[in-house]
Amino acid sequence: MGLLSDPNRRKALTGLLTRLNTPICIVCYLAGIVWFMGLAFEPFTLRTYMSENAMGSTMVEERFSSGERALSLAKEFDAHKRKAGGMPVEWLVKAMQSRGLEVFTQSFSRKLPFPDENKERYMVRGTNVYGILRAPRAPRTEALVITAPCSPGNTNNQAVALLLALAQYFRNQIYWAKDIIFLVNEHDLIGTQAWLEGYHHTNITGMEYSPLQGRAGSIQAALSLELSSDVITSLDLVLEGLNGQLPNLDLANLFYAFCQKLGVLCTIQGKLQRNDWDTAEGYTHAAQTMMLMVLKQACGRSWGDHGLFLRYHIEAASVRGINSFRHYKTDATTIGRLLEGMVRKLNNLLERLHQSYFFYLLPSLSRFVSIGYYMPAFGLLAVILLLRALDLWVHLGAPALAAVDGVTEAEQPSSPGVLTVLTPVVISHLTGVALYLLPVHLQEMAVEHFPVSETEAVVLTAIAIYTAGLALPHNTQRLLSGEGTEQGWKVLKLTALLYLAVLLGCTALINFSLGFILAVTLVPITASITPHIALYAVVMVLLSPAFTILYCVFIYQELIEAPVSVSEGWMLFLSVISQGILDHALYGSLVYPLLALFIYPCWLMFWNILFWN
Amino acid sequence: MLILSSLLLFILTTHSEALTPAAARDEFQEELVIRPLHSGDIYASFQFRTLWDTDFLQEGQKVSHYRLFPKSLGQVLSKFSVRELHISFTQGFWRTMQWGQPFIPSPPGAELWVWFHDTVSDVDGNWKELTNVLSGIFCASLNFIDLTNTVQPSASFKPLGLGNATDHRFLRYATLPREIVCTENLTPWKKLLPCGSKAGLAVLMKSEKLFHSSFHSQAVHIRPICQDEQCSSKAWELRQTLNVVFDLHTSGQGKKEWSLFKMFSRTLTEACPLASSSKVYVDITDNPELFELSPATPLLGQAVVLGDRRTYSVYDLSRAETFGQLRSFNLLLRDMLRPLLHAERYVAGFGLQTGEIHTVIYNNHPYRAFPVLLMDSVPWYLQLYIHTLTVTSKSRDNKPSYIHYQPAKDRHRPHLLEMLIQLPPHSMTEVTVQFERALLKWTEYTPDPNHGFYVGSSVVSALVPSMVAMRTNFTQDQPLFSSFVPVKEESSYFVRVYTEPLLVNLPTPDFSMPYNVICLTCTVVAVGYGSFYNLLTRTFQVDEPSPPLSKRLANLIRRMRGVPLLT
Repeated sequence: MGLLSDPNRRKALTGLLTRLNTPICIVCYLAGIVWFMGLAFEPFTLRTYMSENAMGSTMVEERFSSGERALSLAKEFDAHKRKAGGMPVEWLVKAMQSRGLEVFTQSFSRKLPFPDENKERYMVRGTNVYGILRAPRAPRTEALVITAPCSPGNTNNQAVALLLALAQYFRNQIYWAKDIIFLVNEHDLIGTQAWLEGYHHTNITGMEYSPLQGRAGSIQAALSLELSSDVITSLDLVLEGLNGQLPNLDLANLFYAFCQKLGVLCTIQGKLQRNDWDTAEGYTHAAQTMMLMVLKQACGRSWGDHGLFLRYHIEAASVRGINSFRHYKTDATTIGRLLEGMVRKLNNLLERLHQSYFFYLLPSLSRFVSIGYYMPAFGLLAVILLLRALDLWVHLGAPALAAVDGVTEAEQPSSPGVLTVLTPVVISHLTGVALYLLPVHLQEMAVEHFPVSETEAVVLTAIAIYTAGLALPHNTQRLLSGEGTEQGWKVLKLTALLYLAVLLGCTALINFSLGFILAVTLVPITASITPHIALYAVVMVLLSPAFTILYCVFIYQELIEAPVSVSEGWMLFLSVISQGILDHALYGSLVYPLLALFIYPCWLMFWNILFWN
Repeated sequence: MLILSSLLLFILTTHSEALTPAAARDEFQEELVIRPLHSGDIYASFQFRTLWDTDFLQEGQKVSHYRLFPKSLGQVLSKFSVRELHISFTQGFWRTMQWGQPFIPSPPGAELWVWFHDTVSDVDGNWKELTNVLSGIFCASLNFIDLTNTVQPSASFKPLGLGNATDHRFLRYATLPREIVCTENLTPWKKLLPCGSKAGLAVLMKSEKLFHSSFHSQAVHIRPICQDEQCSSKAWELRQTLNVVFDLHTSGQGKKEWSLFKMFSRTLTEACPLASSSKVYVDITDNPELFELSPATPLLGQAVVLGDRRTYSVYDLSRAETFGQLRSFNLLLRDMLRPLLHAERYVAGFGLQTGEIHTVIYNNHPYRAFPVLLMDSVPWYLQLYIHTLTVTSKSRDNKPSYIHYQPAKDRHRPHLLEMLIQLPPHSMTEVTVQFERALLKWTEYTPDPNHGFYVGSSVVSALVPSMVAMRTNFTQDQPLFSSFVPVKEESSYFVRVYTEPLLVNLPTPDFSMPYNVICLTCTVVAVGYGSFYNLLTRTFQVDEPSPPLSKRLANLIRRMRGVPLLT
């Protein structure tokens, strides 16, 4: 601080920063990107390790052996499911009761704000069935949850059957210290949401549900199981939850440890691990895995039933069986043993999982990047905004420099009215509010006047409002008296830069991936923008939040090795928007409001600068 | 030497008996009740009762001769002027919905409540010492009972013995929901029995089997009672109870068969020679014709307990012909009878700032409403918002007719909330209150702070309408399990229901990173605060730039020469 209180040295420092501003910014941007890409390089990452003592040293022996029985049970379940035309509630209740569990049901209903075309549902009614295995001599204070979604069609029968087989086996063991809840939920995430809200007696999404009759204290951890075939080739671990929340890294470590022990192939993001990190292919593979995680985390939706548990401070992960017709096969008994081992170790926990990291990226299951390593990549991008802001501040504060031309108009324009800045800010935000509110509320009117379905109406309204926002600057200028001044846009840009820096900083703290992706696209154009250059306008549009989503769709499809054509990509883009709005309404995902209410208005402020004169 | 000492002992005892011809009469009874539960589990309840016609609290008379009554407890009673003492250690939670009512209920963990004699001046001091002494006697962590978890309930815990004291200043109640009960607590408990675990029913108490069960609870109740029906003089009663529920599902491979050997891995060989009565009761109320008890017994008994008339096969161990082994016990399941009164509790909400405690009380009586007393003792670090207290039954506001609330003092005493609520027939009553989680000082966290903090069970006490007439007359030959709580009227019986304890997470700092925390704090203080303070307090003034070194040297030389200085 001595540096800043000494006027001479302060002058020297700011002089240096303003003189070298552009080169420094370019270097920072490149360094940020390189740093981020370097995170996937194996020598730069750490090997995962079990931090929790209670799970590390205590070895358990897996004895589950009724995998075959589980498969025949799956057939029985399938038959009953067909007969009931949905979830066979009565059969499940009887099956759980006969296995010695305390069984309860919960019915729920939810009217979606508009029809979900991906899953073809609008009015959702369903029933959750759950059985509680009471641990002997435990006072009902702690519980673990194993859940299997009862999906329509042929999928997930094996998961439900394995759940029942595990329940039967677990019931005869004496070592349980925590109650175990076996939950079969209908309508995947909506069912889970209803159950969790019922269990915690909250209502955050306007769900209607019947109150739960049986509880088992505070839930310590949850596992979600998805299996659709009798034999699987690999198990995939899904961690990304609502709003980019991740479970404690120890849960991933636990899964990996048991896969190693039982010799099961395990993947993350559907990608197997490779050992050739020193080759280009090896690095690309790791980078792809990490990029997939970043994209999934950034979109803020729950990628499995586990994702909704995280809000309630319950560490949860989904285990998904994949049958990719490789030679390597794993039978149901082994999967049962894997789950048995994991649940037993979780049962041994004295405290909640808290020892390991909550903020991490995984380039592979055995390697991780902690928050301390990935944050500098974002920091390097964010500092550009601050540097540009400093530059502008110095220019605004030193009229002498501006008056180099010799004309003495120094004093008058240096104080642009508050109104000059405030008007675009307010109008941009009002557009954001319109973008947030109107699509869902105007759907009826849109359906009346145009030949589109409700879903299309919502998405197209959103896009229309988004595009209409681009026309605003001209109107804004008309509202203001007189021409915009040089000082005016600089003040506006300074405000917008600081606003964007704060926004991105906060976003990155909560959901690094989202913050980073937005920073990569928004920072270069916002940092360099000046009024009235046609080229800027094109680049500005191409790097706007909506186009960022479009690029993410294409990159994601490319990474999961299912590339799409432009028209398919466009359709996917539309469905991503409708899913985003639905996720917000159904589960409280915050990405849509964040983009509509903050990021888009902020971007509009920069758009205003472009049309300043 | 050995002979000499035993001779000495003989002389001493005969001598003392000769001196006090009216020696205090004492008596010991033991009893085991086995009841197959609707869920298929087996409930075994031991009761041992020692009666002694003496008075520990009489002025000027020191009781020093003990026969059946354990001396360690007797001395404690007289030293601390205890009028009534109830202590229970429980591992597990009694599942009222599956198992019905227990004979003597107890909350998970340890529970201790004591009525002191009204001559005691320093009740808190006595209480503190008493808990420490009991902690030693029972090998338990009762010394963790202090003022922060002790309450004085005004209505829920009335004395069960003689006397009608109502001044709750002499009552102390505390629970330790986290207390873990194991063999180390069982051994001292068994030593209090006159026969120890050498003979009588206590032979069955092999800890390996007792702790291989779904529920385990052991308790000691001491109280003064009437000697006879006229109540002319006082006797002290010590009841030791032990309740176990065995899970046949886990151990029996699905068969509903049991035998004493299978449950306890011991058999009974003889009654305790010191016992005046020693009996085993087997509840055969449900479908008696489907039972096959071996050996069969001609004795049948009936008892009205907890509002239900039940039939028992009675085995009298003091008769020689009884000995054999009970085995091969087949039984069909019957539709579960819902218990008339039932309560449960949970924490609602998410996040680490606020929460809501929900207590749900069920009245399953088809047409009778009855009042219940709800007692809640919540630690100070959950700061209750008492203005948010709501009581609703059948979605309507149900105003409690009596509320006793004592707010907590941080680090000194817990919240105490007692309410008298009328439960409408066949209804569910929900009591909710919001709370805020306090941020503790860093030394106040337990060694495993991320496990959470316990809130003890809330207690629901009620006089529940009985389906059959209760017996109000007091007789000596009643079975022990039906005579614990005195019955005052025919039409109802007393029930106490404990809810589950709660495990609540408080905002917890990351203790594994003290180094980081210290570094960060120091940096913030040094860089942030220090420099801002510096900037704010420093006075700025324009400083003349000092002349360069060459000029200063030149001036020095000029000054020496006396020439005008350079500027």
